[in-house]
Amino acid sequence: MNIQTQPGGLAARTPDERLGGIIKLAVMAVGGQGGGVLTNWIEALARGNGYDCQATSVAGVAQRTGATIYYVEMAPKSGGTPIFSLAPSGGDIDVLIAAEMMEAGRAIMRGFVTPDRTTLIASTHRMLAVSEKMVPGDGIADPNEVRAAAEIAARKLIMADLDTLATQQGSVISASLFGALAGSGALPFPREAYEAAIRASGKGVEASLRAFGVGYETAQRGVEPAAAAVAKPAAAAPLVTGPQALIADWEALCRRIQALPEVVQDIALAGLRKVVDFQDLAYGTEYLDRVAAVHKRDGPAHDHQLTREAAKYIANAMAYDDVIRVADLKTRSTRMARIRQQMNAGEVMQLTEYLHPRAPEIVSLFPARLGEWFERSEKRMARFDRLVNKGRRLRTDGLRGFLQLYVIASLKGRRRGNLRHKTEMAHMTRWLDTALGRVNDDYALAVETLRCRRLVKGYSDTHARGLSKFDRVMAAIALVEGRQDAADWARRLREAALADEEGKALDGAVQTIRSFLDTPDQAAG
Amino acid sequence: MAERSFKAEVEHLRKGDGDVFTGEGILALTKALLENGVGYVGGYQGAPISHLMDVLADAEDLLSELDVRYEANASEAAAAAMLAASVHYPIRGAVTFKGAVGVNVASDALANLSSSGVTGGALIIVGEDYGEGSSIMQERSHAFAMKSQFWLLDPRPNLTSIVKAVGDGFALSEASNTPVMMMVRIRGCHVTGQFQTRDNQRPPLSVRDALSEPRKDFSRVVLPPMSYKHEQDKVKVRWPAAEKFIRENGLNEVFGPDRAKVGIVVQGGMYNGVIRALQRLGLADIHGQTEVPLYVLNVTYPLVSSEFLEFSEGKDAVLVVEEGQPEFIEQQLATYLYRAKAPVALHGKDIFPMAGEYTGQIMLDSIESFLRQTAPELLPGQVLAPNEPAPQIPDLSGTVPIRPPGFCTGCPERPIFAALKLVQQELGQHQISGDIGCHLFAALPPFEVGGQTMGYGLGPASNAAFDGGGKRRAISILGDGGFWHNGLSSSIGNMVFNKSDSVAVIVDNYYSAATGGQDVLSSRASNPTKATNNPISKAVRGVGVEWVREIDRTYDVPRMRAVFHEALTTDYKGPKVIIASSECMLNRQRREKPQRAKAVKEGRRIEAPRFGVDEDICTGDHACIRLSGCPSLGLKRLDDPLRDDPVAHIDHTCVGCGNCGEVADAAILCPSFYEARVVHNPGGFERWRKGISARVISWLQSRRETRRLGFAEQPRREAAE
Repeated sequence: MNIQTQPGGLAARTPDERLGGIIKLAVMAVGGQGGGVLTNWIEALARGNGYDCQATSVAGVAQRTGATIYYVEMAPKSGGTPIFSLAPSGGDIDVLIAAEMMEAGRAIMRGFVTPDRTTLIASTHRMLAVSEKMVPGDGIADPNEVRAAAEIAARKLIMADLDTLATQQGSVISASLFGALAGSGALPFPREAYEAAIRASGKGVEASLRAFGVGYETAQRGVEPAAAAVAKPAAAAPLVTGPQALIADWEALCRRIQALPEVVQDIALAGLRKVVDFQDLAYGTEYLDRVAAVHKRDGPAHDHQLTREAAKYIANAMAYDDVIRVADLKTRSTRMARIRQQMNAGEVMQLTEYLHPRAPEIVSLFPARLGEWFERSEKRMARFDRLVNKGRRLRTDGLRGFLQLYVIASLKGRRRGNLRHKTEMAHMTRWLDTALGRVNDDYALAVETLRCRRLVKGYSDTHARGLSKFDRVMAAIALVEGRQDAADWARRLREAALADEEGKALDGAVQTIRSFLDTPDQAAG
Repeated sequence: MAERSFKAEVEHLRKGDGDVFTGEGILALTKALLENGVGYVGGYQGAPISHLMDVLADAEDLLSELDVRYEANASEAAAAAMLAASVHYPIRGAVTFKGAVGVNVASDALANLSSSGVTGGALIIVGEDYGEGSSIMQERSHAFAMKSQFWLLDPRPNLTSIVKAVGDGFALSEASNTPVMMMVRIRGCHVTGQFQTRDNQRPPLSVRDALSEPRKDFSRVVLPPMSYKHEQDKVKVRWPAAEKFIRENGLNEVFGPDRAKVGIVVQGGMYNGVIRALQRLGLADIHGQTEVPLYVLNVTYPLVSSEFLEFSEGKDAVLVVEEGQPEFIEQQLATYLYRAKAPVALHGKDIFPMAGEYTGQIMLDSIESFLRQTAPELLPGQVLAPNEPAPQIPDLSGTVPIRPPGFCTGCPERPIFAALKLVQQELGQHQISGDIGCHLFAALPPFEVGGQTMGYGLGPASNAAFDGGGKRRAISILGDGGFWHNGLSSSIGNMVFNKSDSVAVIVDNYYSAATGGQDVLSSRASNPTKATNNPISKAVRGVGVEWVREIDRTYDVPRMRAVFHEALTTDYKGPKVIIASSECMLNRQRREKPQRAKAVKEGRRIEAPRFGVDEDICTGDHACIRLSGCPSLGLKRLDDPLRDDPVAHIDHTCVGCGNCGEVADAAILCPSFYEARVVHNPGGFERWRKGISARVISWLQSRRETRRLGFAEQPRREAAE
């Protein structure tokens, strides 16, 4: 037995003052973000400035895009070997660096951020978890909840999109986080000491130092406001170009929007722009006629909610996603310029489109009667499908590929006569009529009915699945029509339909409705 | 080539007497092996000791200078078996692998080795994969030491103690003719610090020289009647010898006052956690001077009864800090106290939780609770009656999503599982079993392929009950790492011999990728000291598989799907093996990125592909993400009041693997995806040709765009500010 005892000493004594000198720092990151590099810098910084220091990590398979944590403790040299902990402990962290917004949330959840001591340095950018991305609707976690919790939990808070800041400097987030740590003043070292640590590491030094500098300055500003705070100019007419005559007609249509209630104008203008861009000015007129028809049934009592929703969803219904629209959007000069800019392309850039048309998409381009003739026979469709159904990779930077799409886009002129248009218009009319039929009895339900249009999206099978969900939701709404809580149920059904791909949540919601409809009298008793 | 290079750090392994080493625990371990005259080293990679294997591989030059043989063993069993060299020869040997799973695999050899006993020091360094950051089932390697009677070290987690434990371990092994396992926890492996180095020692007898004078002794062979003698020898000779060595050399440590009411017995690996709790309770100073006596078990098996009884003598109560379940140490110590009729109250798992990691909070709460029960006068007033109410922090558990590990950006395994998901959409759900490796991430959303894993290389073996076939064939997954580990015999051989009607998919990414990209037999890289480029297909055919399909580009989703379809529907009744090969993207990028940057600089023609999404065309259904989960394929909220749902968006980290486009094509998803291939340093002819088509395209575009209304694109946010 190796005995290193000291005599006596049974009574409790006051805590060792030097314990207060231990600085405890944790880095919470997503695997692959470079948390290890940051930790190495921090360690070199501490050791280079007369501190004892210890770092640990638990990377493991978490290195593969999972949540991971690094932990550092340091203390001024004190004539002996300090005993540091290998793991962070709740309520006992001085500096918490979160390399992503939800990881900041996770740190708060785990109790690593406390008001008495913790400086929280968090990057507000998001790396979405798979569970957030895969839902058919909007599954993105609310960063404002994390922000609100951080404001309560942290003694000092530094929040900014340190990822973008680093990327703009040609570096990565570890450098800007290191800068933010320096700027926060949480560690007793001068800026030069940090920079020396970066220089000593000897890899990508210049870019790292630039990102470090930006991080440093950002930290001195504290908390950057959420991006949504940027003010937008209200209802400015979009910039239009084109022949003078068309612009004059466009302006005339815009004037019709002025006649609508003010709360509707923004959305109606966006809708008008979308449908005119989709087809032509005459189509814009149709759109405004439809919106006006809804407006006639609406009043100021509900702040024109019905008209607003109609302006939004009629535009989406009219600008359906057909092959012509895809071809048109893909052959525009503005698109090519945008991609070149995003990709930082020089002189030569190859552009490949991944398309996979099937017989239904091609047939839907046919004149309505011909298309219907095709669709009447499954055999005919199957034979035709064998002919056309294959993946096509078009090089739109080359003439051959470009021309194919260019020609398809030119079918726009005949769009109104094709099968798809007929189907879409019939579908829209049914939906609008159903919604408007409910205005007098249940205004809220009419609004919710309009909102169901959100379920129709996607192409081919995805589109078919969207349509079937739409139909099922509409059918289920019909079941609850007339009840006090019908609108509430409609909303719940729609949200359920967007929760998962197979429609399990929707099945559940429909089941619930059926269960209470089967025994309608029990509630009263 | 491994994912992380230690070439620079390896130079520190040359340090000698009087130098100070600064770095990670893993490197300190390697240095300690060299300082202690090790003759041969080996092991099998796996967190948290993967880096130890990488360090050894990168240190091969130094090792051969010192006449140390390095072997990258085929499995943990092979590594443990290598220690046989220390049975007859006085040569120190060390192997490393992860616990508890690696120890499971090695247990056959370890049991035989323990029965035979050793002459040269035999050290097994186990990275105990337990608690936060672990990737395996939560078990203890401790039980193996108990059942086979080898000794278990659990040193305090600082570099000096870890290095000392290596020397102690070899000496203990030699003094007691017993192999010694040294356990290092996850954080201990990665902990950084400093220690005083000594000169490296050449082994007194090298393995090469040993071959000149072969030795044998049939009394060491595990056969009756010798095996009965081995058992008696273990408990009558080796065990007492070990206890004597442990006591005389002070392998365990005692800290704190020599007289006290209470004391704490702690596994060496948990020492820092206990000190931190005592520091927070005001009972220990920054250097670990403690008011509560500590008995630190740097050797957790065997437990030395006399030493423990001396420590507990005169104490009212003793607390055992033992992480993991069941409480082997506590049970043993209770027996010692009971037999000695000692009036000491023994606490442990009655206060600490039985299962799970002993985090800082659990340690603090449990030690405080122990002291409150047994010696409340030790606790400072503030702990006894805290006066500050805890602040209310909003609960984020409903907001923050879980973030399990997943496939990296551009991973070649993603398209395999996208294809499998698509095939199942067509043919129905199948019985699928997984294996160990990155491919097991396919069990998680969005793929949810496979529902169990039974061990490394055992994917197809774990579907054996379904080998007879049925309405739908069973599918199993096996990685190249698992294939060479033991999958060839246990899984593929098993399928052939039993005339399996099932389908096995071998995911060949050129490396043992999940453990850090170490080379395996079928790796494509040329390795100066290892034989690579042995195709899996040859091995599979060699054991008698007739139906083999090889895919050399997994990103070809339609082809992948067609092959799956064929395997699941063919009339062929025997085992069907699909070998899907593409290089691990993480390793490929690490290899190619510098080459690409250099080529661009030198003016050579380079194509840089990246994918994008036309946000006007994307409808925000996210079907593509449900067939991908790629980190670079995220979502983006549009600044468009007409849109409700965020659209797909590919960020700058995209490596252009092609999965997005392939999946959009194979699943007939949508036409939003495009691949933009920026050509660096294009040739003259290429520029001329591009120039012509660009001019024609531009003319066609302006012809159309001047005849209709055009709306300015929404200004991008960066530009607007």
